[in-house]
Amino acid sequence: MKPKLLVSYVLLALIGVVSIYPALWTVLSSFRVGNSLFSDTFIPKQWTLDHYMDLFRTRGTRDIQYAKWFWNTLQVAAVSTVIGTILQLLTAYAFSRFRFKGRKPMMMVVLILGMFPGFLSIIAIFSILQKLTLLDSKWGLVLVYSAGSALGMFVAKGFFDTIPRSLEEAARIDGANNMSIFFRIILPLSRPIITYISLMTFTGAWVDFIFARAILTSRDEWTLAVGLWSIIDSYNSTEFTLFAAGCVLVAIPITVLYMYTQRFLVDGLTAGASKG
Amino acid sequence: MGLGQWYNRQYAKAVFFAAVYATGLYVAFAVLPPYLKGLITLGDKGVHLEKVGKISRLVPGDHSIFMMINGVLAMLVLLVIVFLYVLNIRDAVTVGRRRAEGQDPSKLNNGMFPWLLLAIPFLGVLFFTVMPIVFTSLIAFTNYSSPNHIPAKNLVDWVGFSTFNNLFNMTGWSDTFVGVLTWTIIWAILATVTCYFGGILVALLINQQGVKFKGFWRTLFIIPYAIPQFVSLLIMRNMLNEQFGPINQYFRAFGLDGLPWLNDPLWAKISVIVVNMWIGIPVTMVLVMGILTTIPRDLYEAADVDGASQWMKFRNITMPYILFATAPILISQFVGNINNFNVIYLLTGGGPATVNYNNAGSTDLLVTWLFKLTIDFKQYNIAAAVAILIFLFIATAAILLFRRTKSYQEEDMIQ
Repeated sequence: MKPKLLVSYVLLALIGVVSIYPALWTVLSSFRVGNSLFSDTFIPKQWTLDHYMDLFRTRGTRDIQYAKWFWNTLQVAAVSTVIGTILQLLTAYAFSRFRFKGRKPMMMVVLILGMFPGFLSIIAIFSILQKLTLLDSKWGLVLVYSAGSALGMFVAKGFFDTIPRSLEEAARIDGANNMSIFFRIILPLSRPIITYISLMTFTGAWVDFIFARAILTSRDEWTLAVGLWSIIDSYNSTEFTLFAAGCVLVAIPITVLYMYTQRFLVDGLTAGASKG
Repeated sequence: MGLGQWYNRQYAKAVFFAAVYATGLYVAFAVLPPYLKGLITLGDKGVHLEKVGKISRLVPGDHSIFMMINGVLAMLVLLVIVFLYVLNIRDAVTVGRRRAEGQDPSKLNNGMFPWLLLAIPFLGVLFFTVMPIVFTSLIAFTNYSSPNHIPAKNLVDWVGFSTFNNLFNMTGWSDTFVGVLTWTIIWAILATVTCYFGGILVALLINQQGVKFKGFWRTLFIIPYAIPQFVSLLIMRNMLNEQFGPINQYFRAFGLDGLPWLNDPLWAKISVIVVNMWIGIPVTMVLVMGILTTIPRDLYEAADVDGASQWMKFRNITMPYILFATAPILISQFVGNINNFNVIYLLTGGGPATVNYNNAGSTDLLVTWLFKLTIDFKQYNIAAAVAILIFLFIATAAILLFRRTKSYQEEDMIQ
């Protein structure tokens, strides 16, 4: 083997180790006996499933309601996904297919607002939810996640742009109206982009920390992101193995979804990008 | 309103518009004025004692912030009413004209359809994105802050530009602002550049001629991207734990002392950048690998014929291609890093603490500082002023980016 190629393989292996080490370490920690962060060996001497079971048991000495948090997170993510995806599809379709007055300026506004992280105006969102008495409620969180979802419409718009117009024109000649064109021609063709949007919205809601932390104040209403953060923050790594088990359970569905969607990743990233 | 449609014999539409008009008029003149007035005064009575018979009783005062929200809401409602009114007139005029030209008006609803689609998303964005921004901008011009101006106990007042003045000129605030801003910029540049070039290097490494199992390496390296960010950041926080973390444990195994990864200002800054590379490199890598496949082979063949070296080929063919294709992404990543809340907040919490700053730690970015000011310290007006500054910056970057956007320029290419 050429020495240059050997160097490359060594580098690749090194990067591979670095990439996978944290995940591997966490998984192994979650099976380790005891609860401390510290361990003598990388691979546990004794294996146990206790920490996973522990997550779903209540103990008087601490307040970790993992099952409750998991259920909250699932509810928030699922409802936000449904509402968010619908809103985003409608917006993208309108901008892609129709030429109406004020369209370009509106797209400019969408782009600018879309780059503006919602949490910058968190004070205002906080007060608005307080006014609606939706503060400290998961439905308030759902509202926040789904209301702004239309701003992420550029990927879907790019997709709709590629559906040939001749299809619609043919349908129109056959007497289809706007509604039936959307439901019977565009939607069936858009399955990949619908999958993409709903997965993105789902994972976005599943992993969001900022809004969940700001809006949900009582432990009963927390989502997993806030809950896991609090395990680290308030138990100061003394419940580390438990935390590791919690992390593994949260991460598995998302990691699998991401691996599955990685082929969409490039499209998503370049949707707002210049022509190559 | 509605009469035009009646005249055009669109009776359902006419009734709808008339109903909208009636409610609109009622709302605009009977309901809204006190709210709009509240927006100007922000309330004039705080919590105060009131005499009821012989005893004094504590009476709740005006809630300035709710009055402000109501005021902004009232203004938005007013705008929606005006908008509907304009829409109504325009609709009547176009339909009327078409009718005069002898066309069937029922087929002319196409112009309305996109607005129908956009109505609900539009309202969502209006109330949960636009209104919060307006509201935040307004707060920056008040004295809404702890400890003396928190409703419902106290009133909040308009104070003009004095919040900005404090932010720029008052010792304590201005030191913190300049310090945090400087670090935010340094961070954004370093984080963007390291991830960008790191990603390119990794992609080139995989893409070399002779390297086998390309798909395997790609999948392996993408793992950090696939794990939810908050999970991997919290894990990193533990790995870098000074006393018990595995990283320092390995250092000790080699007889070294271990480093205060997250507890020393300088090391904390280095740690966040390195951890951010771990998270960010896979994204650029995937992107660049995609671009590499689009570079025409014959360019390299021609270069070979001319006797170009590997380096020359890289510099004159590969790099220009990558740069050209990824320039806008570079901008959006830069903006993303300016607002990179998660990496900082979950890893260091903005710490380690420092005495030089007001309510901020050494690795705090503007956004995490803003978050702490809001959630922990209730300094809402300062936080709002910071938010406005960030927003101005983002808007500029976004417009720059937008001018080069594919879905903006190249639409209508496929017909």
